[in-house]
Amino acid sequence: MTNWERFLETFFKPEMLVKYWPDILKGVAVTLELAAAVIVTGFVMGLGLACLRAYGFRVINAFIIVFVDVFRALPPLVIILLVYFGLPNVGINLPSFAVLWLVLSFVLAAFAEEIFWAGITATPKGQWEAARSTGLTFSQTLVHVVLPQAIRIGVAPLTNRTIAITKNTALGTVIGVPEILNQATTAQSFTGNATPLMMGAIAYLVLFVPIVILGRWIETRFAWRRA
Amino acid sequence: MDIILNQFLNFEIMQKVWPLLLRGLGTTLWLCVIVIPLGLVGGLVAALATTSVRPWIRWPSIAIVDFFRAIPPLVLLVLLYSGLPFAGIRLTPIQAVALGFLLNTSSYYGEIYRAGIESVGRGQWEAARSTGLTWVQTFGFVVLPQAVRNVLPDLISNTIEVVKLTSIASVVSFPELLYSAEMARSLTFNSSPVVLAAFMYLAILWPLVRLVSRLERRIAS
Repeated sequence: MTNWERFLETFFKPEMLVKYWPDILKGVAVTLELAAAVIVTGFVMGLGLACLRAYGFRVINAFIIVFVDVFRALPPLVIILLVYFGLPNVGINLPSFAVLWLVLSFVLAAFAEEIFWAGITATPKGQWEAARSTGLTFSQTLVHVVLPQAIRIGVAPLTNRTIAITKNTALGTVIGVPEILNQATTAQSFTGNATPLMMGAIAYLVLFVPIVILGRWIETRFAWRRA
Repeated sequence: MDIILNQFLNFEIMQKVWPLLLRGLGTTLWLCVIVIPLGLVGGLVAALATTSVRPWIRWPSIAIVDFFRAIPPLVLLVLLYSGLPFAGIRLTPIQAVALGFLLNTSSYYGEIYRAGIESVGRGQWEAARSTGLTWVQTFGFVVLPQAVRNVLPDLISNTIEVVKLTSIASVVSFPELLYSAEMARSLTFNSSPVVLAAFMYLAILWPLVRLVSRLERRIAS
């Protein structure tokens, strides 16, 4: 056997490719479901919190700031393990998919809140005053005047953050969510062959390389030049 | 309520596992001391390569950077730790972690430096070169300091991410803070050690998170 054949046999064995691609595909489906759920929940929560913060209720804002800071400072894996292994002991049993979805959504919400809030505070005071003086209420001004601009400013930083957090779905393997990495490592331990692992890696590349390139494009398209 | 306190804030257990977690924290800190400079230097190389005027350097390096930005760090770590042995290369946990972090964080730092370098006007290069500075001197003394200043919040913010990322080393049994906390949790059947670890992460990272918020707001206004 030449070296090349041995390499193929170890990392791209045809029988393994045939046998395990349905499993990897199942993992891809789970990863996509999770990513979609996390992005929707995270954005809605983040935008909601940023709007709520604009009303300036002292006590609520203190809670929002603590929530945001904690979820920005803690490693997601720490929160995932804490929730997944801690809650059952106080009588709350959540499936691993739900734990991963909730934790990553909260993390994304925290970052999204900061980004939207930065956009809201970046809107010049004159715009608020002008809008209010035309008879718009505070809420109308926020929704129709300030938010459209705040969201536009937020697009570029939010894209990168969203990609990073979506990639964190791979952390689910630690608590047994059957996403791509989990399927790949399970198959690898059954077969004692590296092929499933390579298939998993390729699945991630197929999913994320276009998104990374899209992110690059969005960054130049929506760039607001700093300094 | 008692059950919750007992499960998450059991001070007796926290006291017992304190030395173990302190050792874990120490390991996390020295891991940071290794991987952050590696990433900062690797990132500089990546930034130079991706802004090179030579297309045969620029395009392959952009492809490599995008490759490592697309692959989740945990997947990369598992590939290095459990995949490479099939090719006869057996890495210890620390080697796998260091290599994985070098590849992953260099790509991110590289993109940040690149944005910074591009924010420094072409005229600066030309002016510096025309005074007789060499290319290396121009880059080191004129362009890089301004580039770093322009992207400082992003550099710090990425460094926070790197420190948080060290927690995935626990997956390959590297005895850092999260690994120690998980070990303590499985021995005590209680989540308080993980809560304690979370407080330790907060103690290191909360000040940095605040700092980044402040820097970002100052630049925005």
